[in-house]
Amino acid sequence: MQLEILFFASFRERLGVSGQQLTVTEEVATVAQLRAWLVARHPDWESVLGEGERVMTAVNQTLAGDDDVLSEGDEVAFFPPVTGG
Amino acid sequence: MDTRIHFGTESPDMSGIHQWLAGDGDAGAVVLFTGHVRDEAGQVSGLVLEHYPQMAEAETLRILEQAQARWPLLRAWVQHRVETIRPGELIVLVGVASEHRQAAFEAAAFVMDFLKTRVPIWKKTLSADGATWVSARHRDELAAARWQPEED
Repeated sequence: MQLEILFFASFRERLGVSGQQLTVTEEVATVAQLRAWLVARHPDWESVLGEGERVMTAVNQTLAGDDDVLSEGDEVAFFPPVTGG
Repeated sequence: MDTRIHFGTESPDMSGIHQWLAGDGDAGAVVLFTGHVRDEAGQVSGLVLEHYPQMAEAETLRILEQAQARWPLLRAWVQHRVETIRPGELIVLVGVASEHRQAAFEAAAFVMDFLKTRVPIWKKTLSADGATWVSARHRDELAAARWQPEED
């Protein structure tokens, strides 16, 4: 499955990447599984995306939960709790 | 409900927005909130705001639709500035128009509470120590939670 991954704000700075196109393997079906898969591939991302870190996720520009199912071509954004207003 | 949502660097045209919200006779109440950069007793020289453009607009529209489902709103305007903003300058504007004041007051507070906890915007504080990302505050979560239905 092909996905577009985006990072914003402190996540973008800490990971040194704003986004990338990814092809994920079959075991990645949900948001939580994608997070775990990314951390497994990039151990240095654990301090940002690891379990227990405060992460907000959006799929196709809508806030998403850990169990939300991903589909081919989805835009998945990871970002820290928002601080606008 | 007619809505206007704008994210950008420019300052809003306050009198034009106020006039648009007031309309030509249908609204008895306009509430216009503006949020500004505090200098924290001279410690803060400005803010830098980053946003996720398409989603920030989409999420703001969802919040306005939720507000409209709760209160009889005629018009709503949300404008948020991004990039560098200096102390005293406007960060955010939320304006709502309704027939009566209670709906307008409550809806404006509702929109601000969810804008602060759901719309993808992030602030960085500029000071003599450099640039620091602002952490989300628990009290903003509590402010949004007070609007949830009891059964949640």
